[in-house]
Amino acid sequence: MSDANKEALEPITGIESPVYLDYNFTAGQATARFLTKVKEGKLVGQRCPSCRNVYIPPRGACAACGVATNEEVELPHKATVQSFTIVYIPIPGNPIKPPYVIANLVVDGANISFLHLLSECKNEDVRIGMRVEAKWKDPSEWGFAMENIQYFAPIDEPDVPAEEIGRLKDA
Amino acid sequence: MRDIAIVSFVQSDCVRDAGARNEVELIMPVVRKVLDNVGLESAQNVDFTCSGSCDYLQGAAFAFVLGVDALGAVPPIKESHVEMDAAWALYEAVLKIQSGQAESALLYGFGKSSPGELPIVLSQQLDPYYLAPLWLDTVSSAALQARAMLDSGEITEREMAEVVARSRKNAKSNPHAQLKGDVSADELLNEPTYLSPLRKHDCCPVSDGACAMVIATVEQAKKWGKPYAVLKGIDHRIESAHFGARDLTKSPSTEAAAKAAGVANGPIDIAEIYAPFSHQEIILKKALGLGDDTVINPSGGVLAGNLMMASGLSRIGEVAMRIINGECKRGVAHATSGHALQQNLVAVLEGA
Amino acid sequence: MAELAAVVGIGQTKYQTKHKDVSIAGLVRDAAFKALQDAELTWDDIDAVIVGKAPDMFEGMVMPELYLTDALGCNGKPMLRVHTAGSVGGSTAIVAASYVQSGMFKRILTVTYEKQSESNAMWALSNAQPFSPHLNAGAGGFFAPIIREYMRRTQASPEAGIKVAVKDRLHGARNPLAHLQLPNITMKEVEESPMLWEPLRFLESCPSSDGACALVISNEELAKQSPKKPAWIRGTAMRSEPTMYAGREEVSPRAGIDCAKDVYAQAGVTNPRKDFDCAEVYVPFSWYEPMWLENLGFAEKGEGWKMTLEGATSLDDNGDIPWNCSGGVLSSNPIGASGMIRFAEAARQVRGDAGDHQVDGAKLALGHAYGGGAQFFAMWVVGSEKA
Ligand SMILES: [Zn+2]
Repeated sequence: MSDANKEALEPITGIESPVYLDYNFTAGQATARFLTKVKEGKLVGQRCPSCRNVYIPPRGACAACGVATNEEVELPHKATVQSFTIVYIPIPGNPIKPPYVIANLVVDGANISFLHLLSECKNEDVRIGMRVEAKWKDPSEWGFAMENIQYFAPIDEPDVPAEEIGRLKDA
Repeated sequence: MRDIAIVSFVQSDCVRDAGARNEVELIMPVVRKVLDNVGLESAQNVDFTCSGSCDYLQGAAFAFVLGVDALGAVPPIKESHVEMDAAWALYEAVLKIQSGQAESALLYGFGKSSPGELPIVLSQQLDPYYLAPLWLDTVSSAALQARAMLDSGEITEREMAEVVARSRKNAKSNPHAQLKGDVSADELLNEPTYLSPLRKHDCCPVSDGACAMVIATVEQAKKWGKPYAVLKGIDHRIESAHFGARDLTKSPSTEAAAKAAGVANGPIDIAEIYAPFSHQEIILKKALGLGDDTVINPSGGVLAGNLMMASGLSRIGEVAMRIINGECKRGVAHATSGHALQQNLVAVLEGA
Repeated sequence: MAELAAVVGIGQTKYQTKHKDVSIAGLVRDAAFKALQDAELTWDDIDAVIVGKAPDMFEGMVMPELYLTDALGCNGKPMLRVHTAGSVGGSTAIVAASYVQSGMFKRILTVTYEKQSESNAMWALSNAQPFSPHLNAGAGGFFAPIIREYMRRTQASPEAGIKVAVKDRLHGARNPLAHLQLPNITMKEVEESPMLWEPLRFLESCPSSDGACALVISNEELAKQSPKKPAWIRGTAMRSEPTMYAGREEVSPRAGIDCAKDVYAQAGVTNPRKDFDCAEVYVPFSWYEPMWLENLGFAEKGEGWKMTLEGATSLDDNGDIPWNCSGGVLSSNPIGASGMIRFAEAARQVRGDAGDHQVDGAKLALGHAYGGGAQFFAMWVVGSEKA
């Protein structure tokens, strides 16, 4: 059998068929408003008219009540660690080197957590209830993105008991 | 099949681009309104919720998950989702009610097609090894079908134009329509071809929007004290994915579904047919066994505005509302999915 | 009222990293054909087909059921496609059962699958969304903080997660279809495997698999005529809640608790640990076994990890309530099918047809699936008897 024939008999187990589709994403009205404020260095959440909980980033609705949220609430830049994970694998396309800490953070006055990086401390010192603060990039680098905050860093304040993190306080 | 009451139906406007609004912001207004019409507070007040959508329209996996945010699903609800037009979500709910597992259901469908190029996105519905790599889009496959129709003598280009002219005219009374107005078949035939033999107007527009419906057992509808239309029959069938294995000039799956749904059990006053391309309305009218005494697409149909993943449920809602409003006694609604009418659903509705 | 429905045929492919031997259509057809063979039926005996799978983007096909109809003998019949995130395998079985329970269909085929090797699933799950920070490090990155909170609350011994990782792989070694075959795995080996998302190690996480699972479900009359023992569907339930809302309990989601209560009530289960002979529960990360033991009422709050460590859920330790005898999601994970595999394996147990991972005399079993941010739940109870 000639070499050419052998090649012809090599079984084909797959073909490459790349799919290219272009999309123009839209953020949603609530997210668009939130990111506009983030570009100004502000964290602005939305309060549910029904249950009074504050969502940040706002998604335009209180998912618990199923009602639209409109009332804006500017929030401070301090937060509490609700939980966290130490990640040992790289994020595709992100320069950050493992191991790094991704934390569920509840900003003061908010009733929901979001994910962000935690830095300026030893990974083994991170704990649930720990107090942290946003470290913003230089304003010249600010865009319509949560990456305007480079990461959160620990501050010298007493830990918050786990049961109290993100709970609605009687006004 | 036990009778099912269609109690309330709401559809958003068909718009070319819903702009900044995301899924929740599209769904919430129609869900709110459809519940208000029945006097219900949230999805908590129905036994089952089911939706239809397609991740690829807006290019984000799990698009439907955000939809749950619009429902008030705390405490948790009985909920399901089909990656299909919401007409099939209705079908899933019908099964639930027939089996006695639910007395009422909320259904909704939504599509935001504007972020992508819809016909090209849908090319990826085809056989992934042989056809999808050719990027055969939905307009091209419909053009193949139209060509087969013309060559077989089943239709003429004038008949296609007449379908469009009637759609535009009927849509004048539909506040949600995207394309409407008075235009003659002659004027339409003067337009250049786009993808031969199709002209631009033979193809439905691309629209963003949503719709929602509340159904229940007849007993439950009576308890609510709301007028309703009765869903007497519903069935759906699929055909081969291979164009070569089908006679594109016919729709045997629609015929079979129409038979099973009982279309022929009485006269049909109106029909809302999901025909994204003008020639398909002619194929479907025949497959449904409709005569000239049936008013076809009084809303203008999807040639006047096509909410992907919601248009099928909208057809059923359109017929239901016309029955509730006393405009007609018995109607048929149709939904389709896939290229060149591959999959079809038929529903028969009557007055209470 | 609802017709009785029963599983009369079960078909599964071998689960493995890459199925280069078949196309996507070939993969689903393999499972479907095996289910028909098991039921001693042909394609003509099927009235409708219900397909389920996780996001279309995993294979890069839009609404793939449109293409799969030919491979599944569905032309001219009704075809429905379910998608409820990771719970889809379970929800699809439930929707399929409702075809029969409605009295509108006598016998249907349902198939779920995933062929991730044909696409890049990591990309599909975490492609950069322009408006949120790109911190997505896979599903493990989402669930690890929730697991940490469970460990904090219960003061659980770190050994519990390691024990589950070993136990499910030893179970998997009894199941020739399981993807991971690790008959000699040890606690030490798991403990020393690389940390991925602390507290989750590599061997405490599920693999990514190609595979398909199919069921034939029929009504009472046809099930009685079936050559092999049917698995009677004694209850089905689904629950959903939003991904994120203020005050959401993430460790033990209410949707899971409510769903279990609903399905237990239908099946007359009052004490799950005692009433069930075994359970197939969706555990993609080892710690979800103790968490679900509590969520599903098999253990008191805070005690799930102790039950695991005592060996109560292990076939090898002669546990009283073996969980995931098939090896579970930790041994095989074709995402779209993973939920249905749980449902199918529960049915195999009560049919007495589970081979080397059979629980002797199993009469009642639970199948469980969850998805999204642990917000979508699907469960069924199957029994060797009708009631
Ligand atoms: Zn609220």
